[in-house]
Amino acid sequence: MIEISGVSKRYDETVVVDDVSITLPRAGITAVVGPNGAGKSTLLTMIGRLVSASAGRIAVDGLDVATTPGARRLSILRQDNHIVSRLTVRDLVAFGRYPSSKGRLTRDDAAHIERALAYLGLEALAERFLDELSGGQRQRAHVATVLCQDTDYVLLDEPLNNLDMKHARDMMRLVRRMADELGKTIVIVLHDINVAATYADRIVAMRDGRIVRSGPPEAIMTSQALAAIYDMEIEVARIGDRMLAIPY
Amino acid sequence: MRVRAPSPRAVLILLGLLALAAAAGFMTIGLTGRLDFVLPLRATKLAALLLVGYAVAVSTVLFQTVSGNRILTPSIMGLDALYVLIQTVVVFLFGAAAFGAVDARLVFLVEAASMIGFAAVLYRWLFLGARHGLHLLLLAGVIFGVFFRSLSNLLQRMIDPTEFVVLQDRFFASFNTIDRDLLGLTAVIVLLVSVAGWRMRHVFDVLALGRDAAISLGVPHRATVTRVLLMVTVLVSVSTALVGPVTFLGLLVSNLAYQLVRSHRHVLILPAAVLIAWICLVGGQVALERAFGFDTALSIVIEFAGGIVFILLLLRGGLR
Ligand SMILES: Nc1ncnc2c1ncn2[C@@H]1O[C@H](COP(=O)(O)OP(=O)(O)O)[C@@H](O)[C@H]1O
Ligand SMILES: [Mg+2]
Repeated sequence: MIEISGVSKRYDETVVVDDVSITLPRAGITAVVGPNGAGKSTLLTMIGRLVSASAGRIAVDGLDVATTPGARRLSILRQDNHIVSRLTVRDLVAFGRYPSSKGRLTRDDAAHIERALAYLGLEALAERFLDELSGGQRQRAHVATVLCQDTDYVLLDEPLNNLDMKHARDMMRLVRRMADELGKTIVIVLHDINVAATYADRIVAMRDGRIVRSGPPEAIMTSQALAAIYDMEIEVARIGDRMLAIPY
Repeated sequence: MRVRAPSPRAVLILLGLLALAAAAGFMTIGLTGRLDFVLPLRATKLAALLLVGYAVAVSTVLFQTVSGNRILTPSIMGLDALYVLIQTVVVFLFGAAAFGAVDARLVFLVEAASMIGFAAVLYRWLFLGARHGLHLLLLAGVIFGVFFRSLSNLLQRMIDPTEFVVLQDRFFASFNTIDRDLLGLTAVIVLLVSVAGWRMRHVFDVLALGRDAAISLGVPHRATVTRVLLMVTVLVSVSTALVGPVTFLGLLVSNLAYQLVRSHRHVLILPAAVLIAWICLVGGQVALERAFGFDTALSIVIEFAGGIVFILLLLRGGLR
């Protein structure tokens, strides 16, 4: 369970996340959506303890993230990842084992690494250097690292960036499997509301640093709710048992 | 088939052999006169070269790792500027003869302690409070460096020209007059830092991924970086106090090491950088002294070569 109570983030006078309180239950996928600059990444990086909150408290399984090192409980994929070191895909993924192995890889760690590579279909690219990959391949390598870290909580900030349609779908299916088969709790920032509605169990919608709506996809996928979130008219069409937002 | 670079192990062995050859050449080429006098003299000088090469290589690689930037060297922290200032102030106040009159060990300790003290205060002050700690820290280092240099320049203008010549000599690293006690002391300090560093060897690899990745992998970033910076400072300070400032050598050897080793692992990069530094310093000294009959400061040549590498890196856009 992730408990966020009264959390704000200010940069000088600008309030970027404004007094947010919400509890995200254990297990399942929570999608965070909202327009650019809504504060989604900031909120996620605060949960992932990369940025400290200006006010409020965030607790994961009852432990305050500000005071507990939690690399074995919670992993995070950031929106932008730039690495100076010359790494192969396998080297990068192996870092996912660092919290438990501290650099000395056991056979168990090796198995984790192979599994993560396989989950993301990276076996053939394992010995390639990161700077020899396409943006989408690199993105998958970073996700494999997070998977390899094998934590109960996984935070993903726009993991579909740079992915083509097929890989985006594969990625979302993988995230679904991580939740369903491995029992992980996933918080994922998504930029496409339709993807969120298709794959997530809950949607948290942010705007101007606040949570404006939250609930199951059915509750968010209404013209009214979407208008409140995105400040524009969005039609919602029903196709079979699925709902699609049509902004154009 | 893609052509693979030679394995890191092969590179290390080759570098090791070259370094060994350089050391052997240094000890044996052109031996004349009384061996029981010449050999210990050469051994002392060799030890100083090895020690300084080691300190410069390790400190530069680690500094680049924590700053995430491969064209920076620890000199950006203003330490060598402080060293120059200390020298200048001493000559200004007491005259050039002061260096001969006072115990060399005392001078060494005072110099090293002021550099370490300065850096520690700077780190505490800036790195522990600020948001963008490291960048602000580097910026402050640059500004202090400029300040120290300007102050030195001002004082140097007021110093007697003949004394200034003596002073100027101390601004370039010199391996010709090495105090054996200081050498031992430096070796002990360097050893202690190395033991601490060895225990952190895997952490270095994680730090090189950048702050966010390091934190998500559970490394307490700020505390760890502060510790690495202190280690870097100690290495730079003792090496500078021993022979004088060596600025660009580190840049040369670290970037050569990255090119040759092609791995992210510090257990491979650090030894490679050290061996390259040894080859440059010892081999360079052999070439200059014995082959070309030069007696002048090797460091000037190396700084020149390092400076050219720096410019090449800039031109290639290797800013990251
Ligand atoms: N380090 C920072 N300093 C100042 N402003 C920032 C910083 N990081 C983010 N912001 C601002 O905070 C707001 C929210 O950013 P972000 O959380 O990245 O939004 P989102 O991920 O929802 O697009 C933006 O207006 C952004 O400009
Ligand atoms: Mg974002």
